[in-house]
Amino acid sequence: MQLASQIGGSVTNGLAYFGSLASLGGRAAYYTFVGPFQGKPLRVQRAFSQAMDVGVRALPILSLITFFIGLILALQAAYELRRFGAIDYVSTAVAISMTRELGPLITAIVVIGRSGSAFAAEIGTMKVTEEIDALETMAISPVHFLVTPKFLAMIVMLPCLTIWANTLGILGGSLFGVTQAGFTLHRYIANSINALFLRDIATGLIKSVMFGITITAVGCLEGLSTGAGAEQVGRSTTRAVVMSIFLVVVVDLVFTALFFFLTDH
Amino acid sequence: MPEETPDLFDSQALISLRDLRVNYGDREILHGISFDVLRGETLVILGGSGSGKSTLLRTLVGLEKPTSGEIWIKGKNIAAIAESELDEIRKKIGMSFQGGALFGSMTVGENVALPLREHTKLEDSTIQIMLRLKLEQVGLEGFEYYMPSQLSGGMKKRAAVARALAMDPEILFFDEPSAGLDPIIAAGIDQLIIELKQAFRMTIIVVTHELASAYLIADRMVLIDKGNIVAIGTPDAMRASTQPRVRQFFDRVAEPEVARELDYLQMLTEDRRHPSESAERRS
Repeated sequence: MQLASQIGGSVTNGLAYFGSLASLGGRAAYYTFVGPFQGKPLRVQRAFSQAMDVGVRALPILSLITFFIGLILALQAAYELRRFGAIDYVSTAVAISMTRELGPLITAIVVIGRSGSAFAAEIGTMKVTEEIDALETMAISPVHFLVTPKFLAMIVMLPCLTIWANTLGILGGSLFGVTQAGFTLHRYIANSINALFLRDIATGLIKSVMFGITITAVGCLEGLSTGAGAEQVGRSTTRAVVMSIFLVVVVDLVFTALFFFLTDH
Repeated sequence: MPEETPDLFDSQALISLRDLRVNYGDREILHGISFDVLRGETLVILGGSGSGKSTLLRTLVGLEKPTSGEIWIKGKNIAAIAESELDEIRKKIGMSFQGGALFGSMTVGENVALPLREHTKLEDSTIQIMLRLKLEQVGLEGFEYYMPSQLSGGMKKRAAVARALAMDPEILFFDEPSAGLDPIIAAGIDQLIIELKQAFRMTIIVVTHELASAYLIADRMVLIDKGNIVAIGTPDAMRASTQPRVRQFFDRVAEPEVARELDYLQMLTEDRRHPSESAERRS
């Protein structure tokens, strides 16, 4: 009985959380797509500076990580493939697993660590210092002012970062290919490109847009629901990171399954 | 449909509260508050910690939704209007928060100019002039390029007042204007409030627990205790009041010491009674 009520409680909480996420996302979508036609201009400048933070400043660390991931993938794939004398397929294996799965996922996780946590901390601190209240008393919507530029920046930058990550991953794989598997760089890249269908890249990019929406919604929602006091900001930030990683994996699963069943085999 | 303002309103009243009740979760914080704020007066809301005075202020500016009751500001009941209408009222009020609540990522100038940039179509050069004017009014000329973190506590409060003044509000709210300031700086903020009142005939509502400051700036005072109004009147009337609760607050008498075990038990049970009472009322 108690177990049932506990499960019920968790389900209700989960649904309520999902509802808040959807409501926040919906309001941000309103300010992005409808607001500009109703005299509520987009904050392009703020979105641009967010995009710098979310996107451009993430490039060095993202490049390094995805390059290594590509190299690791090549090593792991070669371990199995060389037993079949099929080491040429290393390029294919790396290219497909990067673009379809690991490129978007690794990018999302790097962005969660850098920006999702920063969103929660920034908005959470503003909540604690009454800056969010101040915005409201000035008749400025915090969602319009703070959240919408972040959504815009994420939706634009995450696919861009993903493309970059895919490229660096393939380059990482090529390091192994060229030094250990007898490829020339040119042939390795050409092989990778030949192996990829537009569909592989597109599904990855669609997922990355969904990841961007998820990360922003969770980060901002955790920030906005911060309680009083400095330690609450820390709690919100932690929750934002954990919830984002979890939900990104869920979204990944849903969309991967969707793409699997929608494409004819 | 615009509701008619009820007859009981003083034509001078700019803000009227009628039986205002506010809950945090299950707990009722304000138990039916009613009073009027007259145009051009400075009303000081006094009360100890946990008396509900800050909740009252937050409700007045629309940050908390009342459970029941009415808040009439400029002829509109803000407890029952849409967010867009509330925003229109909010453009005519200014609020100075306890810690200033300046945006840390913007300069002082950008902070003050923000409401103007958001709500008006003024040229940037005009906004610059207005912003200097507002900073001058609060004695912060020349500080527009400073970041809030570079300002002292008193200067932050002044900058927050400048931001609250940006839209030339009719009503100005202050949350604990002298909290965390040394007596000299606090006196300076009191002086600023008095100057604003005299210069612009602004209606000012101040929440504080500082008696000295309250006597100095108030035209009228409201004393709140445990979510109820204890007394309301001019500073002189409050000084002369013989009501025990008023005397206790104004003479700064500590809560009666607990002498015997029985008293202690009684005190505990009295405190506990409040939430359960409000729970009963709801069921």
